[in-house]
Amino acid sequence: MRQNRIAQLLSFILLVVLLAVPAFIKRLSGSPSQPAGSGIDSAAAAKARYGFQLHDVAKAVGIDFVHQSPHLDSKLDHIMPQIASMGAAVSVVDFDRDGWPDLFVINSGEGSKNRLYRNQHDGTFKDMAAEMGLADLNQVGTGVCMGAVWADFDNSGYESVLIYKWGRPELFHNDAGKGFTRVTEKAGLPKWINANNAIWLDFDGDGKVDLLIAGYWPDNLDLWHLKDSRIMCESFEYANNGGGKYLLHNNGDGTFTDVTEKMGIKSKRWTLAAAAADLHGTGRPDIFFANDYGISELFMNENGHHFTEVGESTGVGARPKSGMSASFGDVLNQGKLAIYKTNISEEGVLIQGNDLWLPDANSDSVPLHYTDLGTAMGINIGGWSWGAQFGDLNNDGWLDLFCTNGYVSLDRNASYWYDFSKIAGANTAVISDAANWPPMKGRSLSGYQQKKLWINDGAGKFSEVSQAIGATDLLDGRAVVMVDLWNRGALDLVVANQNGPLKVYKNEVDPKNEWITFELEGTQSNRSAIGAQVRVFWNGFQQLQEVSGGSGFAAQNDRRLHFGLGKEAKIEKVEIRWPSGVKQILNAPQLNKINVIKEPQQ
Amino acid sequence: MITQGLGYAPEAVMSPSEVNKITPLRAWWEAYIPPAFITLILLAANWRFGILEAGPFGGTSKVPWGTISSIVTAMLTEMLLGALVVGRIPHLASAYISGISVGILIRSPFFWTFPLCAAVSIVSKYALRLGGKHIWNPSNFGVSALLFLYPAVFTGLSLQWGSEYAPMVIIWILGFIITWRVGRFHMSLTYALSFVFFAFVRHLINGQSFYTEVAPITGPMYMLFTFFMVTDPKTTVKPRWAQYVFVFSVAAMECLLRMNEAVKAPYYALFIVGPMANVLEYLLKSKKPRTA
Repeated sequence: MRQNRIAQLLSFILLVVLLAVPAFIKRLSGSPSQPAGSGIDSAAAAKARYGFQLHDVAKAVGIDFVHQSPHLDSKLDHIMPQIASMGAAVSVVDFDRDGWPDLFVINSGEGSKNRLYRNQHDGTFKDMAAEMGLADLNQVGTGVCMGAVWADFDNSGYESVLIYKWGRPELFHNDAGKGFTRVTEKAGLPKWINANNAIWLDFDGDGKVDLLIAGYWPDNLDLWHLKDSRIMCESFEYANNGGGKYLLHNNGDGTFTDVTEKMGIKSKRWTLAAAAADLHGTGRPDIFFANDYGISELFMNENGHHFTEVGESTGVGARPKSGMSASFGDVLNQGKLAIYKTNISEEGVLIQGNDLWLPDANSDSVPLHYTDLGTAMGINIGGWSWGAQFGDLNNDGWLDLFCTNGYVSLDRNASYWYDFSKIAGANTAVISDAANWPPMKGRSLSGYQQKKLWINDGAGKFSEVSQAIGATDLLDGRAVVMVDLWNRGALDLVVANQNGPLKVYKNEVDPKNEWITFELEGTQSNRSAIGAQVRVFWNGFQQLQEVSGGSGFAAQNDRRLHFGLGKEAKIEKVEIRWPSGVKQILNAPQLNKINVIKEPQQ
Repeated sequence: MITQGLGYAPEAVMSPSEVNKITPLRAWWEAYIPPAFITLILLAANWRFGILEAGPFGGTSKVPWGTISSIVTAMLTEMLLGALVVGRIPHLASAYISGISVGILIRSPFFWTFPLCAAVSIVSKYALRLGGKHIWNPSNFGVSALLFLYPAVFTGLSLQWGSEYAPMVIIWILGFIITWRVGRFHMSLTYALSFVFFAFVRHLINGQSFYTEVAPITGPMYMLFTFFMVTDPKTTVKPRWAQYVFVFSVAAMECLLRMNEAVKAPYYALFIVGPMANVLEYLLKSKKPRTA
């Protein structure tokens, strides 16, 4: 009997020890709620430690934009805050080719106006949207804007813009930076797509950028005039009743042809983000879809003739999550692009974790395979995450990561999560009818969340420093872009917030670290050079970046490629692989400069 | 019938004369029905819907390493503690079910959470005992304690069977057949009906759709809860009438917790009601005058 009691006592002690294990692990590895920079209380100290500091300068530089959400059919009134919760978008473009990046900011309220902020070269911006004809695109009956992507689709030398909507997509031709002409009908775009993303890509390498618009809501829905409330996803895991995908081939005469089915893209998932890059060295862009309510999809480009869906076999589509954003980055300086996809994490309810899909060592060969190292590298727990982008914010030679978070911020003291969890666990007939969704009644759903700014230590780990660095707002972030707004060699951050102000975080970076930027212009390739890959080799390292026609969530970064190089950088060479297949070697590009490179004729 | 597979002692659910009639083959067969059933659910659901967390290798395949690790840990812990505390290695079917339950019910991006939760579950069996038996269902204790203590790291299964009806109906039918075979059908059915009743009560109180209130019980988490957790004979009361009261009380407590918006209400309800019932039964037994 006594022996039994001792054994039970020892078991009890063991139980207590086991229950304390997570606390010890958190202490050893750093708690998600206690980020690396939480002990730093001055901006100077943070800058000294991390090599940069962010300052919100939106108002100071003349940007006073506040996003407005749409108001949809009254059948959705009880859950309107979560349904009408997208549309805050931003893209970077030098629309007048003056060498200074401008910002196009999307608004989504009925009748609200978009802004085209022209860079004034003096540190300030001026809204030119109305003057240029891009402001008033939320007119009743046409849907509302959800985002925009820019590319020189007719190789005229100026970037035109595709504006995707919950409604009629619009294409505007850039008239030499002096104005825009609506060419939607001429281009032959679909009449109505409820889309939250689009990208430009030259999938067949013919020198003309093509267009991909990926729908979210089913295309047959006019969200302002619903016949009934049975419009929601059929499942939270394998929904396949979302919007259509449209791969539109650029015919070179201002028109586009729908080649979606012919090219093998047959998805009806609820796509929130699409991104394209050459992921296995074929010279042609592959397409990744981050899908809400389901598995991700990866369409491998078969030499421009066909796409094959390989999500499950490559690993990236093995398990369903809530994909929100897709971006690429060579996070380990291996010359290979990883895929970062954001999802949902909420303490005590749902911890999906964001994914960082790294290609396995033999990824140059087929079959390609990925491993999710988000947890191992410390960039998995964001929040209700939305847009994320890679960029070297401290110019130390390693790509960092910024991730927006927060869904619906209403009553701080009341959460909708309990009711949301009920509907999330239901069957198709219940889920798919919005009438069954519990009313929000002013409650928040993953609201007031911090942004995440993870800096890359170059040894396989990221540290979260947002609060120390100055990205402290608690707005419902959606799109984020990285851009050197003032041509200083520092990547600034611009964050579009739902129902909130546009944040412009100016980056004060340690000048000791060196950098180099490339602005590419195609000649045989598409003039925007979308799809061009640049590999910089320096100090024994290499880093790969690719010019993108849209990435993250509802965003498009600066097309210029910025590389941080650290201290005392010596560039060995720079390799450029143009979408045409032309390979160019630069042996002596200028450090700490923006290098303008034109594709050589071959 | 034998119910060792659920961790039952035969005498827990039948009279001594019934126990004596059991043939070894029948005992073996019936002992393995529940583990086989839960494994079947697991494999089918994972193959079809990918419901399991993948563990340390990043979810790139459908090999559920997290669940495998929790099963292995549970069985090893049971062997170790059984040998040290009781002086013999117990039948491992119970540990297997605890491990597999934990492996299904826990969701976490951190691989170590799976073996840890399995270890906590099994150790609780030996650490928290009254009158020679454990008073918490092991996997309920492990899951509830870690969900409550570390919500940033642990969360529970909240997915569906792809929101399709066919797998849900099949598993409900199979589940009821299995619980009937092992003599716990009355508990599973009572709990399910009680849940539906309380869903209707909540619907009347909060005005939300009845379908929304009843929806959670259609998911895999509730199926495991209904067939394997709430019916565990070692941590529920013995008299049949008391078992009805017990599962109804669990459902009632869950309703109370749900009214207070507890997302993981069923775990906590059993965590609270289970030991209360066991302590009460122990006290009542202790007060009974011993007969010569």
